[in-house]
Amino acid sequence: MQENSVLELRGIYKSFPGVKALQNVDFTLRRGEIHALMGENGAGKSTLIKVLTGVYPKDGGTIHVKDKGSVVFHSPQEAQNAGISTVYQEISLCPNLSVAENMYIGRGEKQLLSWKKMNADAGKVLESLGINVKPTQQLASCSIAVQQMVAIARAVDMDCSVLILDEPTSSLDESEVAKLFKLMRQLKERGVGIIFVTHFLDQVYEVCDRITVLRDSKLVGEYSIQELPRVQLVSKMLGKELDDMADIKNSAPESKNNKDEIVYEAANLCSSEGIRPFDFHIRSGEVNGFTGLLGSGRSESVRAIFGADKVTSGEVKVKGRSVKIRKPLDAMKNGIAYLPEDRKRDGIVGDLSVKDNIILALQVKNGFFKPFSKKKAIEFAEKYIEMLDVKTASVNTPIKSLSGGNQQKVILGRWLLTEPDYLILDEPTRGIDVGTKVDIQKLVLKLASEGMSVTFISSETDEMLRTCSRLIVMRDGKQVGELTGEQLTQTTVMNTIAGGSAK
Amino acid sequence: MSTWKKVLGVVLTAAVCSVGFVGCGNAKNDSGLIKVGIINNDPNESGYRTANVNDLKNTFTEENGFDAQFSYSLKNDEQISFAQKFIQDEVDYLLLSAADTAGWDSVLQDAKNAGVKVILFDRTIDASPDLYEASVVSDMNKEGETAVEWLKNQNLDKYEIIHLQGVMGTAAQKGRSGSLTDTASQLGWDIVSQQTAEWNAEKAQQIVQSAIDAGKSFNVIYAENDDMAKGAVAALDKANISHGVGKDVIVMGFDCNRWALEELKAGNWNYDGQCNPFQSSYIVNIIEKLENGETLADKTIVMDEKGFDAATITDEDVSNYGI
Amino acid sequence: MSKMSTKPVSKGGQLLSSILHHQLIIPIAALLLLTVFNLIADPSFFRITLGTNSAGHPVLSGYLITIIDYGSELAILAIGMTLVTAASGGQDISVGAGIAISGSVLLRVLCGTESRPETLQAPIIVAFLVCVVVAMIFGAFNGALVAYFKIQPMVATLILFTAGRSIAAWINNNELPIVSDETFSFFGGYIPGIPIPTPFFIALICFVITWAVLKFTTLGLYVQSVGINEKTSRLNGLNPEMIKFITYVLLGLCVAVCGLIKVSRLSTINYSVIAKDIEMDAILAVALGGNALSGGKFNMGASILGAYVIQFLTTTLYKFDVQSDALSAYKAVVVILLVVLSAPVVREKLSSLLKLATSRLRSAKSPT
Repeated sequence: MQENSVLELRGIYKSFPGVKALQNVDFTLRRGEIHALMGENGAGKSTLIKVLTGVYPKDGGTIHVKDKGSVVFHSPQEAQNAGISTVYQEISLCPNLSVAENMYIGRGEKQLLSWKKMNADAGKVLESLGINVKPTQQLASCSIAVQQMVAIARAVDMDCSVLILDEPTSSLDESEVAKLFKLMRQLKERGVGIIFVTHFLDQVYEVCDRITVLRDSKLVGEYSIQELPRVQLVSKMLGKELDDMADIKNSAPESKNNKDEIVYEAANLCSSEGIRPFDFHIRSGEVNGFTGLLGSGRSESVRAIFGADKVTSGEVKVKGRSVKIRKPLDAMKNGIAYLPEDRKRDGIVGDLSVKDNIILALQVKNGFFKPFSKKKAIEFAEKYIEMLDVKTASVNTPIKSLSGGNQQKVILGRWLLTEPDYLILDEPTRGIDVGTKVDIQKLVLKLASEGMSVTFISSETDEMLRTCSRLIVMRDGKQVGELTGEQLTQTTVMNTIAGGSAK
Repeated sequence: MSTWKKVLGVVLTAAVCSVGFVGCGNAKNDSGLIKVGIINNDPNESGYRTANVNDLKNTFTEENGFDAQFSYSLKNDEQISFAQKFIQDEVDYLLLSAADTAGWDSVLQDAKNAGVKVILFDRTIDASPDLYEASVVSDMNKEGETAVEWLKNQNLDKYEIIHLQGVMGTAAQKGRSGSLTDTASQLGWDIVSQQTAEWNAEKAQQIVQSAIDAGKSFNVIYAENDDMAKGAVAALDKANISHGVGKDVIVMGFDCNRWALEELKAGNWNYDGQCNPFQSSYIVNIIEKLENGETLADKTIVMDEKGFDAATITDEDVSNYGI
Repeated sequence: MSKMSTKPVSKGGQLLSSILHHQLIIPIAALLLLTVFNLIADPSFFRITLGTNSAGHPVLSGYLITIIDYGSELAILAIGMTLVTAASGGQDISVGAGIAISGSVLLRVLCGTESRPETLQAPIIVAFLVCVVVAMIFGAFNGALVAYFKIQPMVATLILFTAGRSIAAWINNNELPIVSDETFSFFGGYIPGIPIPTPFFIALICFVITWAVLKFTTLGLYVQSVGINEKTSRLNGLNPEMIKFITYVLLGLCVAVCGLIKVSRLSTINYSVIAKDIEMDAILAVALGGNALSGGKFNMGASILGAYVIQFLTTTLYKFDVQSDALSAYKAVVVILLVVLSAPVVREKLSSLLKLATSRLRSAKSPT
């Protein structure tokens, strides 16, 4: 084992029925470093983490932990006892308990602790880490970011030498991410080694010291952050030289012009979810977007368009014809499709097969008494699996066993199958790898060039700027600006979001 | 519907007596009516209970000189709170068919202190006999003995019996099973199958079906109630095994449901033992004596219960005793 | 990039593990176990004889006939119970009481105001249709509580579970109507000339209808999708409340058919004991079919097979003179086994053990 390393994985193998998930993967974590684990979806990042923490048994290879020698973990608990703690993307704490209870639950040594002492101890730990939350507060009442930090505080308090953060930032906004990074740097100074799994390139370059890249279940290499510029990182992840992402829009065929037919038009539209009534329209072949901070009402606006929330007022015209859209089925019948923000909660039907997930919307639109034949359904599914390059063992694989990006492609396929005139994509690129992100952006522009109208929402402004020709800016449930043409720059968008001059 | 006619008959008889004694009795309350609180089990419990409840309802009426309140529960604690309410209402008599034998001491002591006379019917309780005036009961053991005695008198060459028991541990099951088990071991009768069908016709049908499928040989069905006997007969019919008077299998039931007595009359069954639900005439009789200041010879009054033989049953029996 | 990247690992191992993960494995294994047990204990269990019943018509008899006879009503209930379980993630515990109600309605219409008429007061088909409507209304009541008032299915159906038998008694003024017409007994017995019990044919009709409904409508997809993810289903244009509601109404239909068979068996009814504890058997059938009781994906065939397996078990226990009040204890053992076997951990372990065994075998065969 190297002098300053706290964790060494050598020659790790792992396979599942039909899939080789890890092949001869090495990984080294040093004391006091933040080490990014990068790769496309399905490259083997999650599997590596799960093998390391004892969720899956490994098929081959060794794991060395400092001061403990070669180890085999049979459960996450054992890994934790050896100082390896994990904080997952989905918080795995108990929302109905208090912060302090969550920090001490399931830890044998503090069983007989008094409540008072427990709260005091928790308070000390939280304060030392600069986490601003009362130990007695119920966890569910804290923001996601704070919950995540509590999970980290719990891990830190258990004397961990290795902390694994699996996509901790995907549901945080910028200021929350900044807080998290501050905490990570603090831990680094204490000598904790941190494994950071993320899709956000910016974030990698902001906090990490070192990067390990996986591709197709194999190790590509380990690099220090200085020796690997972004473009190279991306090309290593994809295994090919990437055409400059900034050029996507320019390379895509320009959408025709703004004199096209107005596909959808709403006046005074409002839902029960706390947005102000707004006007909105979109032309055929147009790509526009709603932008704003998390919670600004951008998702709620498109949900109102689709009838996903309770619509309280508004006049809606589709292709000039007055229609009532009260529920999703109304919207679907009018050629509108909506890919929701929360893939797991609103998008996938986890236990159903990829095939059933793809045909679901069209089937519902088609009606109760006209089920597709098995042959037809497979045909549909295969068409979109091929078109969107979905990686799945078969059409009958349950969608939940696919990686996040592939799930998203399946959902996208579901809506494309309905051949909508107007496609709403709410955060289609969240939590998925860079390659798929580019694919989706390209697809959006391609669809628009074929005449489809698309509304695109993303937390990443540059992504929006690349794809949209018109941006609607939201703040506190209200439309505060509309940007087109020359106004479409990072600065203007930021200023408008912040309430600057662009109004 | 002659069931009701028969009940009416009982009612009229009761009416005659009660009018008689109300006239000369020392009726206590202003209206001249005797106040009675009646605590019974749920009328839906069984056909027996339905007949019992109707019998009481038709007897303790204003025309017969009673101011009666009825309450029903299958739960002991609820029954006890009904009793407390009746004591507060200052009833003259408390008539009780207890759901459970235990737990009655204190409330009956309260009744005694308040001068409320308690008469138990249908079921006994574990409490000092000082706490109640009388109890009107069926003797389940005797029901069993009568039936087994009848079976013995059939003088069969061999006794191969399928014994269908009620819900295990109930007074009726214990009484009706006891004498059969004893006699069978004494006289060397062969009980080919002994199973609880839990008073349930369908279960009885499955049990007898199973015995037939297994090729067991039997010539008596001893079912502890009519429903189970009916289920057993359904299984026999399916297998073309003849039953009834002069046939291959003797069918015995209990409770004297009207439809069961009709089966008896038609010769499809052989025997049906009575479990008398008509306690009101006995109770009225007791009240009458107490109102006249007489003392009762016995605290426990066992009702007359018959056993009917298919060979001797008459149409009158069917209409008088069918419930 | 291959669209279906199935890298062949070991064909045999894969086949084995796919068999082991197939839903039908549980009921089939249970069925095999019971069959083997009976074959060893007493092969005469499987004997079927042709005889005549007391009316002089030919009938088949034997344990297997008893199983398809009594298992059929359970299988019919299991159809509805599977849908309800899949859509609402809970079970209807009022089906026993529902059978009492529908049976009572049926007799009430057949017998009119008299409790024991000489002739039928209404055609059986009319009585049955009334009974279907009533049972579906009670199903709708349960369904409304679950779907629209968001009450836990067990709690919602507890209402009818408690009150149902009293309602059944009330429908007939607490009297016990008896149908003397012979044709009425065909439904729970035999049609003259056909030696197989009618309930089995009724069940077959139900299976065919169910198969057709699942094949020619999208009910299956909708029910599963609602059971797995209500929010997603709504966003895909479904009305989850409506679908849950419909499953309860359909269960009501199954209850009515069961009620017909049950009261026809004895031509009368006993409100307090008819179809007693049948809800537990129906739920067990769904579980034995490998369907998650928490809802979601279902396999109708497996549930139906599960129902017959339960009756197989019951009949076996009767055959060996197990006290019938101890039956539920044996069923409890089955439930425990089921829960353990269907736990993913155990299945994973089993399949890896099997894989190990086959690979050992293979390496033993091919000398290196």
